[in-house]
Parts: sequence; C-alpha cells; structure tokens
Amino acid sequence: MKMTYREAMRQALHDALADDPRVFLMGEDVGKYGGSYAVSKGFFEEFGPDRIRDTPLSELGFVGAGIGAALGGMRPIVEIMTVNFSLLALDQIVNTAALYRHMSGGQFSVPVVIRMATGAGRQLAAQHSHSLENWYAHVPGLTVLAPATIDDARGMLGPALQDPDPVVIFEHALLYNFEGELSEAWRNVDIRSAKVLRPGREVTLLAYGGTVWKALVAADLLAAEGIDAEVVDLRVLRPLDDATIMASVRRTRRAVVVDEGWRTGSLAGEIMARIMEQAFYDLDAPVARVCSEEVPIPYAKHLEDAALPQPAKIVASAKALLAKG
Amino acid sequence: MNTATLKPVTVGTELALAMLGDMVRIRRFEERCADLYGQQKIRGFLHLYIGEEAVAAGAIRALGPEDAIVATYREHGLALVRGISANAIMAEMYGKQEGCSRGRGGSMHIFDAARRFYGGNAIVGGGLPLAVGLALADRMQGKRRVTAAFFGEGAVAEGAFHESLNLAVLWCLPVAFFCENNLYAMGTALERSESQIDLCAKAAAFRVPTLKVDGMDAVAAYEAATQAAEHVRNARGAFFVEFQTYRYRAHSMFDPDLYRDKGEIEAWKKRGPIHNLSNRLKAEGKLTEERFLAIDAEAQREVEKAVAFAEAGTWEPLEDLTRDVHTEDAP
Repeated sequence: MKMTYREAMRQALHDALADDPRVFLMGEDVGKYGGSYAVSKGFFEEFGPDRIRDTPLSELGFVGAGIGAALGGMRPIVEIMTVNFSLLALDQIVNTAALYRHMSGGQFSVPVVIRMATGAGRQLAAQHSHSLENWYAHVPGLTVLAPATIDDARGMLGPALQDPDPVVIFEHALLYNFEGELSEAWRNVDIRSAKVLRPGREVTLLAYGGTVWKALVAADLLAAEGIDAEVVDLRVLRPLDDATIMASVRRTRRAVVVDEGWRTGSLAGEIMARIMEQAFYDLDAPVARVCSEEVPIPYAKHLEDAALPQPAKIVASAKALLAKG
Repeated sequence: MNTATLKPVTVGTELALAMLGDMVRIRRFEERCADLYGQQKIRGFLHLYIGEEAVAAGAIRALGPEDAIVATYREHGLALVRGISANAIMAEMYGKQEGCSRGRGGSMHIFDAARRFYGGNAIVGGGLPLAVGLALADRMQGKRRVTAAFFGEGAVAEGAFHESLNLAVLWCLPVAFFCENNLYAMGTALERSESQIDLCAKAAAFRVPTLKVDGMDAVAAYEAATQAAEHVRNARGAFFVEFQTYRYRAHSMFDPDLYRDKGEIEAWKKRGPIHNLSNRLKAEGKLTEERFLAIDAEAQREVEKAVAFAEAGTWEPLEDLTRDVHTEDAP
C-alpha cells in the first residue's frame, strides 16, 4: 500500500492512542491546530483534549511534565515541534529522563517517547534547520531513532512505547511528504538494528534520516557509472548497530558516512572511529564522510544546498575511495 | 492577590513530639554527616539542612503515604521524615550498595520508589516540571493524590518555576509547591537576584493560592502544608507555600560562607526550630527535660547505628557499573 511518511506516522500514533489508555500526545499545536506537520490531524476531535493535549510554548515545562507523567504510570508521547526548540528542554531530557534509572539505583524508569522534526532543506534559515541528533545520541540512558522509511515511520513507535526507558525519535521534516510503499515488514520493525536498504559490493554508504534518500540517489548515480554501492540505513543512532555496519564495511572494504550534522563532533566521526577500531584491517581505503559544511544553515537556496550533503558530494566521495592510487 | 489565610490545625501533643523528634533526628544525623565529611567518609557535595528542619517535619508529616515528593539536593531531612531509613541514607552517602540509590547518587540523589520519593534533584528547578508530570499522571488516572514539589527560593529565578506553575494552574493539577526560602541561592541573596522578592506575589501572578509561613516553626509549617495538601487533594488545583527559613551552615562543604553577616546567622539561630518547639512544649507542660534528653539520645543512637551500617556496607561490584543505564530486558 502506498502512503506518505506523514500518514504512516499518523497511523502509528493512532494505533498507539487507540490501543493503550495510558498513551497520550502532548505538545505545541498537536490538538486544535492538528499538528504543525499535520501528523495528528483529527486526533483532537477523536481522542479529546486530555489525550491530545495542547501545551503552551513551554518546552522545558511540558517535556519535563511528560517525563513526570511517565514516572507516574502513563505512556506519554511528547512532540517537540522541532529539534531547534528541543534545546529549551535539553535539561529535562538529559538531566532527568536519561539519568533517573541509573542514578536511583534502578528504582525508576522513564517510559517516555519524545518525537521531534529535524533537519534542513526548506529554506528555513539558521534557527530552524539544525540536525542535532548526535547531541542526544551522545547520552547514555537514551535510545535515539531516526525513521527514514515508510515502514519505520509506521513501525518504530510501537516498540518505542514498549521500551521502559526514554526514546527520542527524529523525523526529518523533508520526509513527511515522501511517498512510498508500506510493506508487511512494518509489523516486525525493531529499534535496535541498522538495515541494508540496497545491497552492493564496492562501497558502503552509511546514512540516517533525511540523508538516506540522498544516499540512495547517489547509489543510483554510482551504478550508472558502473560502481556498485551498498546503502545502510542506520535507523538507530543510539545504540549504534556495530554488527550490521561492520559486516557491510568488511564486505565492501570502503565506507562513506553521510550525516546532515556538522562535521566536528558528528555522529559520522563516531561511526568512522568505530570502523577504525573494529574493521581497520578490512579496509581498502580510509573511511570518508560527507557532512554539513561548518556554517549556520543559510536561507538562500543555492547557499543552503551547498551547505548540506548532496548526492553529487556523496558520489564524488565514493569515487575518490575507489580511485586506484 | 490570591493570598490564603492560614487556618490553624489542631496539633496534638503526640504529633508535636513526633515533629520535635524528626527535627532532632535530622539535626543529629547532619551534624554527624559534617563530621564524617571531615573524615572523608562522605565525599562529593554535601548540602546540610541544619536550621531548616521545621519545614521537613511539618510539611512531610502533612502528607500521606500515597502522596509523592520531589525534592532538591538538600533533601536528607525530607527523606528522613518520609521514612527512608537513616541506614539507607547514610550508606548512600558512603557510596555503598546498601544505600537507597545503591551508592550511585550520594547525598544529592536520595530516591525511594516505595515511599514515592522522586529525588534528590541537583538541577535547581529541575524537579518542578517532573512534579507537574506526576500530578498530570494522577489526574489522568483518577488518583486522588498530592505531589509535593520542594524547591529553594533560588529556583524561582529559573524558567522551570514559571513554566511549571503555569502548567499546574492551567491544567488544574494536584501539585503543592513548597518553596523553602532560606534567603540565599548559594551565596547570592534574594534581593540581589530577584526584582520581586515577595515570592507569594510572584507565584500569585499564575493565579495560584499562596501562603507565607514561618518556616522555623514546625507547627506553622504543618498547618500550612496541611492546608495546601487538603486544597490540592480536593481537586481544587495547585497551591503555593513559602516557608521562610534559614540554613545555619554554609551552602555546601566547599562554601567559605563569606557573603553573610555572622550576626545574621546568630539572630536566626535564636529562632531555632528545635528549641522553638521544645520550649513551647515545656512551657505547656507537655515535655520534660528528661524526655527531651531521651529523644536526643535516641536520635544519636539511630545515627550511630546508621554509621555502623554504612561502615559495614559493601561496594557495588565493578561489573555492575553499566547496570540500569537501561532496563535490562528492554526490546
């Protein structure tokens, strides 16, 4: 069945709300407005204002309240409009949600799901274009997901809600209108593994979220030039699925990590380090990465495009690895 | 302004003596902690509550076992009155696995799920949104319980305070906001950090009923907390109490205490919560000196037992270091 990423996410939320009275959705404009990305359209009328709870512009307060409600026996889904605003709630996510279990000697778990849109590409300029997934993926105690496919948009929320600990879900804003086939596999989606989306023999392109589709485009372009690229969707940014990453890299012996975050301190850097640690002697070339340029994301289209990872950059990077020296 | 009037509550001799006992226990416990800190048995940050005991004795005793408590890093007193054993708290301070948080938290992170004691939060204001959420969960589950959020006056400068009060009042949530105003946020006096130093006026902007009460008087603290808890329990929404109190000791063991006048400390000590109540009970013929000495001796025995328990405690094995970062059987 064909559907948009938005619709897949909407169905996932609908199932969760219909199946478990402990689940409720809370955030800015999730209710009467219908969700700033229209993911929760119609929910307010169907489930009522208690369970589709509009909040003030009060990220620290309502994210913390979601965490408290999780401690109190509910299964809240807290929507932060975008990752950019999540910085106002960082204290509650990092200092409370992530720490409470360990710091209390295992007495308290915080089964909260925090969703937020992320990423650039819509000319929204510097304050609305961040990719800060790595900030969250840095923190022990959090599970960090980046659904990039229709199956994952449909399937990841269920296991995230089953998880007794906090889960952060990043939804790349460019993906909401993306249309694709929903397969039956969505029912068995896990939140622990990476996935090979396109098998290949000569170079592995490792990507997540919004860059997965750029990597797939790049793989097509490479194929046209006779280069067989494998594309791995990382899917889960914490914990990283080392086994799938290394199995792919050992097979192709070359890797390009694609990451919309800035290069310095990026997830790409972490993944490269792990490949060095675990698969160095299986490599035929140094691991490469394509990240965002180290500038605030500009408004003008040509500048924004230049700042972000693009298929052409991925292709160039992969070809450089394959160049016989 | 929505200022409530303090309603006197009958405090019987038994309760008054119990509160006196609480305060003596806290005092003896913390004096011993300071001593153990000097011996390097307790490390890290240690924030003593000495001087503020009336708030814990009065406010915690006004709550029921079903109610929740969210506290700050100056929480030993609250934890003791709540019924967490001196043994478990002392072992926690020693970093032993017999501690109430397995030695992972230390002085600032006392937790006890069975007693609904949600920490021990060492980010100023950090517990307030959490308390709002616990109350929201109760509200949504139809549970008639109070969540008491304790915080210092320093927290009212944080956005978390304003956001939490707004949410709690907006959603009519069962939160009792208990502000322990000891006048100093670490070394910064209230009037040096706030444009509005009347904390009840600040809270009242959110249309929450407020009470200002003498936090050096356990009976008054009990009355105010009882009134707040009843209001909250009867689904009438949040309530704010300012307990005006004072800490005799420095902010933490690292604080040289250079920012306040020694005379000011002495003046507050004259209003000390323990002799305040014990003198009153003696004057009313409800307490003899012998009885008081017996209460004190019992508290000291309890503390020494706790020290022995902590000394005999064991270290969590290193293999357990990463245990409980996540729930072990997570998907």
